[in-house]
Amino acid sequence: MSDLVEVKNLVRDFDVSAPWLNRVLERKPKAILQAVSNVSFNIARNSVYALVGESGSGKSTIGKIIVGLLPPTAGTIKIDGIDPAHEPDKAKIAAMQVGIQMIFQDPYASLNPRWKVGDIIAEPVTARGGKADGLAQKLLEQVGLSGADVNKYPHEFSGGQRQRICIARALAAEPKLIVCDEPTSALDVSVQAQVLNLMSDLREEFGLTYLFISHDLTIVQHMADTVGVLYLGRLIEEAPREALFADPKHPYTKMLLEAAPKLDGFGREVEPPKGEIPDPIHPPTGCAYHPRCPIAVDRCTKERPEMEQKGKGRVACFLAV
Amino acid sequence: MTDTVLKVVNLTVKIPTRQGVLRPVDKLSLEIAKGKILGVVGESGAGKSMTGNAVIGLLDPPAHISGGEIWLNGKRIDTLTREPMRAVRGKQIGMVFQDPLTSLNPLLPIGDQLTETMLEHLDISASEAEKRAIAALEEVGIPGAAERIKSYPHEFSGGMRQRVVIALALCAEPSLVVADEPTTALDVSVQAQIIALLKRLCAERGTAIMLITHDMGVIAETADDVAVMYAGRMAELGPVRDVLTRPTHPYTQGLMASTPLAAKGGKRLNQIPGAMPRLTELPAGCAFHPRCPIAKDKCRADPAPTLGAGDGRAACWFAGEAGP
Amino acid sequence: MSQETKGQNHQPATSPGETSQAGNRLTRAWSRAAGSDFIWSFKRSPVAVVSFLVALGLVLGAVLAPLFAPHNPFDPATLNLMNGFSSPMQPNAFTGEVFWLGTDDQGRDVFSTILYGMRISLFVGFAAVAFAMVLGVTLGLIAGYVGGWIGAVIMRIADVQLTFPGILVAMLIFGIAKGFTPLEQRDEMAIWVLIIAIGLSEWVQFARVVRGATMVEKGKEYVQAARLNGRGAGGIMIRHILPNVLGPVLVIATISLALAIIAEATLSFLGVGAPPTQPSLGTLIRIGQGYLFSGEWWILLFPSVTLLALALSVNLLGDWLRDVLNPRLR
Repeated sequence: MSDLVEVKNLVRDFDVSAPWLNRVLERKPKAILQAVSNVSFNIARNSVYALVGESGSGKSTIGKIIVGLLPPTAGTIKIDGIDPAHEPDKAKIAAMQVGIQMIFQDPYASLNPRWKVGDIIAEPVTARGGKADGLAQKLLEQVGLSGADVNKYPHEFSGGQRQRICIARALAAEPKLIVCDEPTSALDVSVQAQVLNLMSDLREEFGLTYLFISHDLTIVQHMADTVGVLYLGRLIEEAPREALFADPKHPYTKMLLEAAPKLDGFGREVEPPKGEIPDPIHPPTGCAYHPRCPIAVDRCTKERPEMEQKGKGRVACFLAV
Repeated sequence: MTDTVLKVVNLTVKIPTRQGVLRPVDKLSLEIAKGKILGVVGESGAGKSMTGNAVIGLLDPPAHISGGEIWLNGKRIDTLTREPMRAVRGKQIGMVFQDPLTSLNPLLPIGDQLTETMLEHLDISASEAEKRAIAALEEVGIPGAAERIKSYPHEFSGGMRQRVVIALALCAEPSLVVADEPTTALDVSVQAQIIALLKRLCAERGTAIMLITHDMGVIAETADDVAVMYAGRMAELGPVRDVLTRPTHPYTQGLMASTPLAAKGGKRLNQIPGAMPRLTELPAGCAFHPRCPIAKDKCRADPAPTLGAGDGRAACWFAGEAGP
Repeated sequence: MSQETKGQNHQPATSPGETSQAGNRLTRAWSRAAGSDFIWSFKRSPVAVVSFLVALGLVLGAVLAPLFAPHNPFDPATLNLMNGFSSPMQPNAFTGEVFWLGTDDQGRDVFSTILYGMRISLFVGFAAVAFAMVLGVTLGLIAGYVGGWIGAVIMRIADVQLTFPGILVAMLIFGIAKGFTPLEQRDEMAIWVLIIAIGLSEWVQFARVVRGATMVEKGKEYVQAARLNGRGAGGIMIRHILPNVLGPVLVIATISLALAIIAEATLSFLGVGAPPTQPSLGTLIRIGQGYLFSGEWWILLFPSVTLLALALSVNLLGDWLRDVLNPRLR
């Protein structure tokens, strides 16, 4: 069977120009921010694919494009073999889209405060005109809450419980793929563990596939089967989890792993990384990482490296071995 | 100890509300010595920020200190009135918050903000202050400091802004810096830069730091001692290596076991059941007992023992009884 | 929470009949409402309590006017010209009747005309606000959620309208509508034209606030979740966003009610509003001012004081509501 998600040469531009009149008066050119730049990757069925990166890496944008909240500027996305941009059969697209759900970062903003929990959970079904009798109760129990909670409102729940409700809502659609955008970054550590465990259990029970978007390497290391590292909208390394954490190939990945605080790093003296993430409207020429890269050579400033198979994964670096 | 910079004894903060009087900080005691970093960790609502605000005298009313003492360099500061406390805050205590914009005036160039602070608290001339401002910015790693002193806060990136805040916090040469989640809003690579900077500057000047954060990794790499707070009370206090590798309070044990790193990939995480109670719904006895795996009748009846500074490590009747 | 469990434990003790269950639910709902922040802050604000009582008294007086009013001022059969120009609280020189607030030139009881006048004023006020609210909320939702050139057009129209004083807009609309109405229907139509004229001059506030609130809600993740679950724009606007922007709408509606009542009084005072056959408070004030300098002060004073009390109490209630619903504005 083919992979569940196939992303090919994905590009997404945002127009971040000043308003038209200001542009004319101040003689400024149009400003285009390329949030996603020629990204390709596949997600195998029933696996967890993690996208990691710092702010401006385009990880959330990719997630939104895959669930259909944003259209891509260029490139193709096939989910379950269907490309929504080129599929003539509308019914097929609709059926495919039901199977993609999303869990958001902020458990407070992702539930409508005026809706009862039961209605919130049933929305994937009712929004499409279906009946959802008893579904919410069943799902609430499945995510570790009480079926009687259907008549409560979101404000009666803690952050962790709300994220469980979001998970229940995603499950209501009987999804194949769940895009999780920083699902635990708003939660406390002890609660985060509960939610991550629940997600692992549900994945086994329902045969789910996760696209896991996170900036937190420790969570990625715990959850992911495959990890893709993004920098400034470009995929720069992709490898199975063990390979990536044991033997990172790209200098940026190395730096990220080195910079992340370690629980057993008592008194560790880290050589702090050089520089900051560049302005994404004017990205560096060649390899986007070259101004901060400790091993950059002349070629890196002129030519953009493509992803190439090296070892167990793919990496976009001329100097990686 | 003669080089104790900050000493907090039995600090209690109360907030009168409709639901009764809440105690976000309850009989908290801690000490920080010169040049040392004390990490204060806890989950949201544990009272760690409230403790920091009490120390710098910036509690939002109706919250107020209702008991205990705060000593800074041998002088009691919790009884000071507003004006003398303001002088102490600028001169002897520096502050770094999560959002650098709250500490910077958006309408003033950063150079003016630095020189103003120095002129107010140090006995130096204006030209000397400007020289020092440039030096301070260079020290925190702002490239082209001599030109950038004329820039406004919004012209800096988040990481650079936090560097400016650190320069501002340290420019009056305080003996204590209270840093409340200084790197939470920053990316991993920038976080590493800021932490390294804080550590270096304080080691060089012998400044004591109270580092408030929820990130155990940051604590492990930065702090000398760590205070773990739960529901307004001190749960465990001790040298960072001991607390993190051999925790004795069941809460700290659960917390350490529930961090993804501890599971080392693939395995299930250990989880503490439930969530921290709201201050309005604190259980009787030890606040942790409903979630505690080793809770006994005594825990349900009696509040956990209060930790004094320098006492034993964990505020638990049965500390160390559950294996780590 | 505790009150709820108490209520549940209570049930077996009392007879478990239908009525007691309903009653129980009602007490529970009441105790929840009484315990809410809303009621709590209401009780703590003397201004809110007094304004509420004054407004409630005036509205009740108007609604129940046929029960309270000693006379029906629109029924010529109850009038006695001999009672004209009676002073307040003093027996009439000819008939010996006593009128609390005196009478006007035709012997109409001022107290009764005020009660009946308030009915017109309040009806026009409520109806105009309802009209402005429906129009403004709809356009605001569309401008905020759909945005683009549609939103831009809506908001530019709103901006243009804001540059005219509201009363001028209302007079303009009133004048144009009058020109199109046949002569014999003018008096009947006057009230409805008044409502539309005032409503059209007040929708902008609703539209602006709703548009702002909608743009905030639109960015929230629950709206994105609804979108990816296939809910259409209309469904999202009505089922998701509308309930979440109603708080500020309520505040504006209250403050607009005070404004609408004053606008109606102003128009009627200027003679372009409610006709003398259906006198509102504004019409009464216009009539009364003719007698101010001939010593019959009560004909002007009492309707004016009533208008003041009505507008002020509603306005203060609106201010309090704004503080409660949006503490950041304080």
